[in-house]
Amino acid sequence: MRLRLEARPAPSRAMRYLSPLVATALTVVAGFIVFSGLGREPLAAFHAFFVRPVSSLNGLAELVLKASPLMLIATGLAIGYRANVWNIGAEGQLILGAIFGGGLALAFPGAESRWFLVLMVLAGATGGLLWAAIPALLRNRFNTNEILVSLMLVYVATLLLSYLVHGPWRDPQGFNFPQSRMFADAALYPILAEPTRLNAGFLVALGAVACGWLFIERSFLGYQMRVAGLAEAAARYAGFSSGRTVWIGMLAGGAAAGIAGVGEVAGPIGQLTSSVSPGYGFAAIIVAFVGRLNPVGIVFASLLMSLLYLGGESAQMELRLPSAITGLFQGMLLFFLLGSDVLVHYRVRLLPRAPAPREEAAA
Amino acid sequence: MTELLVPIVVATLAAGTPLVFAALGELVAEKSGVLNLGVEGMMLVGAIAAFAATVASGSAWVGVLAGMLAGAAMSFVFAVLALTLQANQVAAGLALSLFGLGLSAFAGKPLESVALQAPQAVPVPLLSEIPLLGPMLFSHQPLVYLSWLMAVLVSLFLYRSRAGLVLRAVGESPASATAIGYPAIAIRYLATLFGGAMAGIAGAFLSIVYTPMWVEGMTAGRGWIALALVVFATWRPARVLAGAYLFGGVTMLQFFAQGAGVAVASQLLSSLPYLATIVVLVLISRNPHTIRLNAPVSLGKPYHPDA
Amino acid sequence: MGAESPAPRLALRGIRKAYPAVVANDGIDLAVLPGEIHAVLGENGAGKSTLMKIIYGVARPDAGEIRWEGRRIEVPSPQAARALGIGMVFQHFSLFETLTVAENVALALPGERDLAALARRIEEVSARYGLPLDPRRLVHSLSVGERQRVEIVRCLLLEPRLLIMDEPTSVLTPQAVRRLFETLRQLAAEGCSILYISHKLDEIQALCHAATVLRAGRVTGTCDPRRETASSMARMMIGKDLPVCEHAEARTSGEARLVLDGLCLPAQDPFGTELQDIRLRVHAGEIVGVAGVSGNGQQELLRALSGEVTLGRAEAVKLAGVAAGRLHPGRRRRMGLGFVPEERLGRGAVPTMTLSENTLLTAHRAAGMVRGGLVQRARLRAFALEAIGRFAVMCGGPEAEARSLSGGNLQKFIVGRELLQAPRMLVVSQPTWGLDVGASAFIRQALIDLRNAGAAILVISEELDELFEICDRIAVMAKGRLSPAARTRDTSVEEIGVWMSGLWPGAAPDAGEAARAPAP
Repeated sequence: MRLRLEARPAPSRAMRYLSPLVATALTVVAGFIVFSGLGREPLAAFHAFFVRPVSSLNGLAELVLKASPLMLIATGLAIGYRANVWNIGAEGQLILGAIFGGGLALAFPGAESRWFLVLMVLAGATGGLLWAAIPALLRNRFNTNEILVSLMLVYVATLLLSYLVHGPWRDPQGFNFPQSRMFADAALYPILAEPTRLNAGFLVALGAVACGWLFIERSFLGYQMRVAGLAEAAARYAGFSSGRTVWIGMLAGGAAAGIAGVGEVAGPIGQLTSSVSPGYGFAAIIVAFVGRLNPVGIVFASLLMSLLYLGGESAQMELRLPSAITGLFQGMLLFFLLGSDVLVHYRVRLLPRAPAPREEAAA
Repeated sequence: MTELLVPIVVATLAAGTPLVFAALGELVAEKSGVLNLGVEGMMLVGAIAAFAATVASGSAWVGVLAGMLAGAAMSFVFAVLALTLQANQVAAGLALSLFGLGLSAFAGKPLESVALQAPQAVPVPLLSEIPLLGPMLFSHQPLVYLSWLMAVLVSLFLYRSRAGLVLRAVGESPASATAIGYPAIAIRYLATLFGGAMAGIAGAFLSIVYTPMWVEGMTAGRGWIALALVVFATWRPARVLAGAYLFGGVTMLQFFAQGAGVAVASQLLSSLPYLATIVVLVLISRNPHTIRLNAPVSLGKPYHPDA
Repeated sequence: MGAESPAPRLALRGIRKAYPAVVANDGIDLAVLPGEIHAVLGENGAGKSTLMKIIYGVARPDAGEIRWEGRRIEVPSPQAARALGIGMVFQHFSLFETLTVAENVALALPGERDLAALARRIEEVSARYGLPLDPRRLVHSLSVGERQRVEIVRCLLLEPRLLIMDEPTSVLTPQAVRRLFETLRQLAAEGCSILYISHKLDEIQALCHAATVLRAGRVTGTCDPRRETASSMARMMIGKDLPVCEHAEARTSGEARLVLDGLCLPAQDPFGTELQDIRLRVHAGEIVGVAGVSGNGQQELLRALSGEVTLGRAEAVKLAGVAAGRLHPGRRRRMGLGFVPEERLGRGAVPTMTLSENTLLTAHRAAGMVRGGLVQRARLRAFALEAIGRFAVMCGGPEAEARSLSGGNLQKFIVGRELLQAPRMLVVSQPTWGLDVGASAFIRQALIDLRNAGAAILVISEELDELFEICDRIAVMAKGRLSPAARTRDTSVEEIGVWMSGLWPGAAPDAGEAARAPAP
């Protein structure tokens, strides 16, 4: 018996929406297998991983808190990915955002104006933009592969942050820990719901998602980007500038990641440390794909991904499993998504030969 | 002078060796038209598998074999997604890298405090006694010699064998290859598996020879640098070797500079290999004709025989 | 089996092949005798290519039987076909551009290891059949005609007993077609059977001993083409008489709308062609055709005209009197330039977008489709509906994806989209490539109507018949140069054929005997 793919006469719209759900279900099934394989009682483990983290108000607040940077970055990345501009260096752009925004906070420790936070967000966006501008410029000027350049810059950004918090920006009263002074209150996002940690960064993220949706789905520029991604020759024929596509595609992700970086240091962390993100820049890539490069889908996908982070922490405490299990689940989720996407364009058949294809009303 | 030269050359060759393995493997995969961005993930999984197997068995060779198989298994997952299920190759490769990072970090947690003894270097009889050249080139770890052998074999395979001709043909036009009767998908599978196995060996070299221990994310971007190397080498095996040692040299620079007491932040020196990668990519990509003339024509494009 | 036995070399019975969307072959019977040149005639989409893929082992039939010299066989793969003695020359070549001629040939010959010996054999065979080739050259440096020779020689080295030729003349000059026919007749005389796939009636009459006619996947007749007339075969092929376009003489020509004045453009691509000193004037109210074998600079000329590649000298392209060589496509469109590219899916239309969305590709300046940076979706839909209605596009409505349309209907939609913008100048590339007779006639008539309405039209096509049918004047492109334009009624297919080799009065002396894409 052999699997065979048979092209559908028209791609299935139903499958386009269903395949993320199929992927989620498969990830959960795989989770059961992993937990069993590790000698944990699967149902209890499932409960500890997927349910307990969100069975309290505080847990729900944490879920949204962690989903905020993910949906923000993923929306920015999706704009580029729609146009085949592959910015995978969001982690580095996030770090630069944290450095720019955090640097501003450190430079003005006495800031009191509530507008100061706005300045920090703008500074963070600028940092992310600048870092993303490097691969964009190199791709447009020298035809350099933006995937590799943006990724290399992640390592450089990490080292730059490490240099700053070990060196010039280190808190003199910090017992030599690699971290800066704590930021002033005016340099921190206000909490939305005491006593949780959920802060106004969530509103920023939601606003960005809404703008992203309007841009991708309704604007002429967004249309041009989509054409560039779907059929490059058609974009050239129509006279849509490929250079502009690369610029917008890279910078959207860079700005979003930079703002997310400010969100971390001006939110839960409150200072600059050598590690300002648990890999949000990379997880957002998965969020973007699982969300179908659509801002609405991205909101849901970011909540799912956030749950995987919380589940990892919970698994560490309750199941004595390393929290690195989060990365395992994240990778699996993307695998399953890519795998189930085949159902959009193909039907899977089992050989020996099935009867003649039944007619299917194009849904 | 020579006292300094020998350790520099030896260290450079060692630092370049994982890049040689990974880039040669990726080169073969890309020659068949498959762009697998998952090298970093395959290397990491290869590294942890090799490390665990070496700890368990006590034999470095068992470790290398385990690394190779683990890398190949990872690439198989990629191949199923990208070649059979027609997933976007860029996305599938990214997924492989992220998955490999997560899997290796998870599997490696219990082994984080374990240390291994690095295997002894094996001098080549007679050749290693040549003054200067002997200690520089012929007193290495066996895997270093293997990497040279692989470079020669890959080169002969691609340009002197019929199978290599078929592989290049598939990489240029899988549709034409199918039309004259070659199983393009099967050939791409084999090339992808080879790439995975080589990335696995590269990871094994890192975790059991180069720095004989396991650290989360220990490849530190070498998988991505290997991808850049393939472009830099314009898809030619001999140039992969040259490029890998160039990067090995840049990596070593930081240690020798620190040893020499150069007053530069260590972070700046550590970022040199990444910056060098960017510079090198810019230089080689600047002329679009260079890439057009050398890149496999169907690189990264999905192909399905029934389409 | 006696020597007198009329056992066919190949006999098909009841061949059926269905794809998810279409039944490509339905109950096909076919018999080819030894030494016979047998035509398979049918218009585009009739199922000819599918049938050949089945014979050559690229596709498997769902039902039916194949007999080879009387024995029932299966052809599981092209290797199996070649082992039987079946060779095939593909319409869209199955060659590898970055490999040499000898390497390309070696790939099709199992167990061929010695490339030097193979090169000698290639030279022998190519000399014997009048198909000159250099085995060491890289394929991308060959002209289209030379590439076809590689395919033919590759088949001949296998000493085939059946050679399949799929639309072999669409890439050749008329003179080259005659040489090819001599080669084929020589092969047939030596006993090789030839299956000749074509939709060109005159060629089949000149060459073939027998013909099987297909329409919509079924056999509609067999005949001896030497005893038929073109119109009787056409009726078998399309079920009615060939449509003719209404084509009045051009009125006295108006102003020169589209002027190329010494257009030069270095090759943008390592495999591309350099354009040299192109001069042409297209007046309001006339259609000018550009003939030529593809790969002689047509793509480059199109890009220079559309603005996808901008020129150093603005005066090299003048649109309605304005120097436009440095302007981008959008600016040129605003000046009234319409453009119908050769590739419909992927260039003229985005395959996975709806027809509505595809109107926005070029018509965004017309009809207020964009306001305040946002797309007005109702406007797109209205425009798409109008194109569908006015140009008789068969589709599932404005929300149907472009790729769900047949080639002919998509081309009607694209032409409709451009024409609804009332272009003052229109550039069209291969307007009817791959279309069935009905759609072709419709498109040609639409172009003529636009001309009559006073637009200046430039048509680039490989189909000489088409150019002679609709153009007022014809120029020829060869090796990146353009001949003067001759009045259609003053020239002939024969003369244009000679020009296609680069030999027109006053041609630069280095324009050699065979037109080819020069490798820089």
